[in-house]
Amino acid sequence: MANTEMFIRDLADKHGRRRESLMPILQEVIDARRYVDDEVMVNIAKELDLSAAEVYGTASFYSFIETEEVGHYVIRICKTIVCDMKGKDAIIEAIENTLKIKLGQTTPDKKFTFKTTNCLGWCHKGPAMLINDDVYSELTPEKAIEIIESYMHK
Amino acid sequence: MEATKLRRVDFVFRPDNTSIDVLRKTLKRDADDIILELIDSGLKGRGGAGFLTGLKWKLAKEAAGDIKYVICNADEGEPGTFKDREILDRVPRRVLTGMAICAHTIGAKEGFIYLRAEYKFLAHKLKAVMAEMNEEFKKLGLDFSVSLRYGSGAYVCGEETALIDSMEGRRGEPRNKPPFPVTAGYLNKPTVVNNVETFVNCCIIANIGADEYKKFGTDNSRGFKLFSVSGDCSKEGVFELELGMTLADFVEEFGDGDTKAVQVGGASGFCVPRKKFKDTIIGFEGIPTGGSMKIFNSTRSMYNVLHNYLEFFEEESCGQCTPCRVGCQQLIKGIEAVKRKEKPAGYLDELVKLAKVMKVASKCGLGQSVGNAFVSIVENFREEIVY
Ligand SMILES: Cc1cc2nc3c(=O)[nH]c(=O)nc-3n(C[C@H](O)[C@H](O)[C@H](O)COP(=O)(O)O)c2cc1C
Ligand code: SF4
Repeated sequence: MANTEMFIRDLADKHGRRRESLMPILQEVIDARRYVDDEVMVNIAKELDLSAAEVYGTASFYSFIETEEVGHYVIRICKTIVCDMKGKDAIIEAIENTLKIKLGQTTPDKKFTFKTTNCLGWCHKGPAMLINDDVYSELTPEKAIEIIESYMHK
Repeated sequence: MEATKLRRVDFVFRPDNTSIDVLRKTLKRDADDIILELIDSGLKGRGGAGFLTGLKWKLAKEAAGDIKYVICNADEGEPGTFKDREILDRVPRRVLTGMAICAHTIGAKEGFIYLRAEYKFLAHKLKAVMAEMNEEFKKLGLDFSVSLRYGSGAYVCGEETALIDSMEGRRGEPRNKPPFPVTAGYLNKPTVVNNVETFVNCCIIANIGADEYKKFGTDNSRGFKLFSVSGDCSKEGVFELELGMTLADFVEEFGDGDTKAVQVGGASGFCVPRKKFKDTIIGFEGIPTGGSMKIFNSTRSMYNVLHNYLEFFEEESCGQCTPCRVGCQQLIKGIEAVKRKEKPAGYLDELVKLAKVMKVASKCGLGQSVGNAFVSIVENFREEIVY
């Protein structure tokens, strides 16, 4: 798509075409599109004069750089010990029931992807989750459902 | 070694609007003088490894080359740690002032804050403060500016060489050391990587002086430290305490009255059972911590705690070296097999041996510290792992 070519060229103009520019470019693709597909990676490789394998190698290393299609909102719930102790399983169940998908899945309308992640740094206010860049802490099942529903209407 | 009494102090979170005055005063001082004072203060890095900060700056200053970098490690991925976020949120000018003092000392013109993706919500505010401070640096005649870089959800990128790899656009795979970043860091140039809290401490020392700073803490652990307290507590959150107290005092203050164990230093730290609280000092003479203190009461299964940590390490291992990559998998499979009675309890001794091999054979601190939690939990709570 010409569209992608231009998008990546603009990002390279903004962040530069050196190897150090790679992460900022990948991160901005994530901000805009939530994941990087093959076409994006091939275009980045072209702009930065790298092999596509190197771009893929870097991108696939990072858990926040999705290389498979994900929903518009990526929900990441913390599964590390203190959030676990504070009831993250009940939150997961509530969200699964609300979105009618299981952990690891994307809703058919491609609006939500539901995942776990490691310590978010909100142990003192667990359970906690991220929706894209936004943090929600001190969750209860009711509160979690309310938050998800508010995103459903967005 | 004498332990200190538990004492709450308030240095880090004092309003940061005077930090420019501290910088103005410090920029007039000679670099060697700043380094001497920092070494004299005894300040050790607050990111976990505890290297003498003054010495690190000295090495970077003496390293050959015109181009040098200052990096603030805000990757804060250790489970149970959240004090760096609190610092960046509440007193970002302090952090930037510490970085500027470092730049003046070692001769760097460019600095970076490497912020974990999970804290991206802080970026908006942080960028505004950075723009303001970069202007202030210019006004003070300091040729130095700081910009922001992000992580992307990899714990191992908190390790300084992996962090540098990540900034260079590569997989965050730790490098062999030496060379250390102070001689060959970002883009192969001499680089100081310090923790967020370390930079704040540098700013505080520049303000109050080493003599005043040294009044806090013990011979081996000077000063004060932020603790991220969570779990089964009477109070949770970030608390600033003088270094060198016993764990017994800590539990008395923060526990819920039924504390069975404390995990000191996060998943890569040590689990201390109740019977050892009295004899454990929090600090470099006992158990050091980057700040993570997780309290478990008697209702918690230490098998679950250990399993959770091992899953964490298995996922976050960069996979570069075999002892860590395969070792993490085998430790999980091993305790699961013991729990299911597919292996005898004695199999745990084999796993402890494996964990000890990982300590010596792994390339970076991640693989090297898996054994800390593993051995301390298995040795102290063996029956909970088996039954
Ligand atoms: C797996 C691993 C993760 C680390 N994560 C962090 C981190 O999130 N923040 C940090 O400051 N140091 C972290 N470190 C320590 C850094 O490698 C480095 O020692 C530290 O940033 C130096 O700063 P300091 O001397 O001020 O502590 C980590 C080390 C390892 C092995
Ligand atoms: S010890 Fe683990 S995290 Fe560190 S380099 Fe080896 S595989 Fe990677």
